[in-house]
Amino acid sequence: MSARLIACALGIVALITVPYWTPGIYYVNVASQILFYAIFALGLNVLVGYAGLVSLGHAGLFGIAAYAVSYALQSGLGHPVAIIVAVVVGLGAMALYAMLSLRATGIGFIMITLALGEIIWGLAYRWISVTNGDNGINVHTRPEPFGFSLDSANAFYYTTLVVFALAVAAVAVFVRSPLGAALAGTRDQARRMNALGYHVWAIRFWACMFSGLLTAVSGILFVYYTQFISPQTLALTSSAEVLLMVISGGAGTLLGPLIGSALVVIVKSVVSGYIERWNMLLGIIFVAIVILMPEGLVPGSVRLWRLCWRKAMRLRAAKTETPP
Amino acid sequence: MSFWLLLTVNSITFGGLLFLLSAGFSLIFGLMRIPNLTHGSLFMLGAYFGATLVGGYLGMSFDFWIAALLAALLVAAFGALLERFLLRQLPGQQLAQVLVTLGVSFIVADFCLMTWGGDPINVATPDALIGFLRFDALVVPKYRLAVIIIAIVVAIALWLLLERTRLGAMIRAGVDDPDMARVVGIRVSWLFTIVFALGAGLAAFAGIIGGPILSVYPGLDQDMLPLALVVVILGGTGSLLGSFVGSIVIGFIYNFGQALLPELAYFILFLPMLLVLIFRPQGLFGRFVP
Repeated sequence: MSARLIACALGIVALITVPYWTPGIYYVNVASQILFYAIFALGLNVLVGYAGLVSLGHAGLFGIAAYAVSYALQSGLGHPVAIIVAVVVGLGAMALYAMLSLRATGIGFIMITLALGEIIWGLAYRWISVTNGDNGINVHTRPEPFGFSLDSANAFYYTTLVVFALAVAAVAVFVRSPLGAALAGTRDQARRMNALGYHVWAIRFWACMFSGLLTAVSGILFVYYTQFISPQTLALTSSAEVLLMVISGGAGTLLGPLIGSALVVIVKSVVSGYIERWNMLLGIIFVAIVILMPEGLVPGSVRLWRLCWRKAMRLRAAKTETPP
Repeated sequence: MSFWLLLTVNSITFGGLLFLLSAGFSLIFGLMRIPNLTHGSLFMLGAYFGATLVGGYLGMSFDFWIAALLAALLVAAFGALLERFLLRQLPGQQLAQVLVTLGVSFIVADFCLMTWGGDPINVATPDALIGFLRFDALVVPKYRLAVIIIAIVVAIALWLLLERTRLGAMIRAGVDDPDMARVVGIRVSWLFTIVFALGAGLAAFAGIIGGPILSVYPGLDQDMLPLALVVVILGGTGSLLGSFVGSIVIGFIYNFGQALLPELAYFILFLPMLLVLIFRPQGLFGRFVP
């Protein structure tokens, strides 16, 4: 346990001091990206990891929140109102999305969410009078909570870090709550949970809403970070990227999404310096992780570590047992 | 008046293309219980292969129909390899298989972009089918009629294959109950490969046949895959009749939507799906909820 605590403490210190040990603003910005994508992945992980529902349309929900912010700002609303509007619109979209997709589970859920995500993308792409089509919408300013400007990279990073910490805490509380336990129950034994008197559909619905809240929050951070939103953000590729974050980090773990997000964002920004498109690599990593390390990097490494540790202990025990 | 008639013909043509695409999708789904997310990519790959063969980029220009057959065979072989060497690694893990098909779809999309570039490629209409047929007020492009006829012929051929041959009986047995089919000695794993190759070939064939109408461009895969999904959600999985009816319905909604409400055309597709999901989750002709 203590090793874990030390690792966590080191991680927290590392996250807090990012602007001091990274060589420049570019890296602070990469760290901000990792954090808000990690919030997105946390949101998807609630469904994929804890509810056993793989959603392939989450980029659509992410994009709806981002579009809501830009549209609200464009129509002259202030930042606080725009953020509230985005959260409300995001949750409303999620409610609709959940009501449709929860008609099915398993493969059916994947199909419906994929179709819904593509429809949202199609709307963003073709409904030009609202979304400005492929040209997207610019967001000219960042909010200034309590007079604290978010224009500098460091200020934005720390804001994202605070939101991320809140999101992790919220997920931790959720998972340990009776609702979280019931959700895991519906994932493993839906029929038994039903027989025990739980309302399986309602439990899944609230899990979707929680996931939708985190997704909307990350979408808002995203649009303030890039100050631009276009349909590309809502494409199937983005849904697959965030799913890759969840799976590679380890679905159903608390910190897996952060690690998966770091992996994807870093690989993407490093690779984009050398090749123009990274879809091919994304696909290859995706296939490789699904086939070779289906449980994800964190549980996979933990498993390997435990295996080695046990072997070492056994060796030591064998040595001490041998008579002199 | 002729505007509406032409729109109707276009809708049926597009429905025919969708049927070629979604019949394979539906069969693969019925047998393997997975939505094959590479299906849009296979459609696009077929279209690009066909365009290359027809356009004479390989030094010689093939006849359109020979090119279509060659492209379909190539993509069918690719589908068989995909099934044998990737999906077979994950027997029974449907979720993982779906994710693998998703990953492969990105690889194929990027491969196409690298090989053929970002500009749309137009596929020339075969010479014999250039021009129009006149029926009083209605002027119909010959090629579109040909596509409709091809779709009907393929539909009948598939129906005969499934209902009247030994292979078809084995496929139906596999769709209904794979475990029982294994017990009575059907090599279900080979059926998987055959059906996957057949579906891939049909998708590629649809891609090249659709070439003169839709042209070929990056992102074609992402335009077609959701349509196939909606058709199958609408018609029901594993049902040939379902894909046929679903394709025609979606063909009409899509074309009329694009003509009347171009900004919301994609969104209107959502309505029949919504109704079906609410009132008949297994699809119009499906037997089980996926």
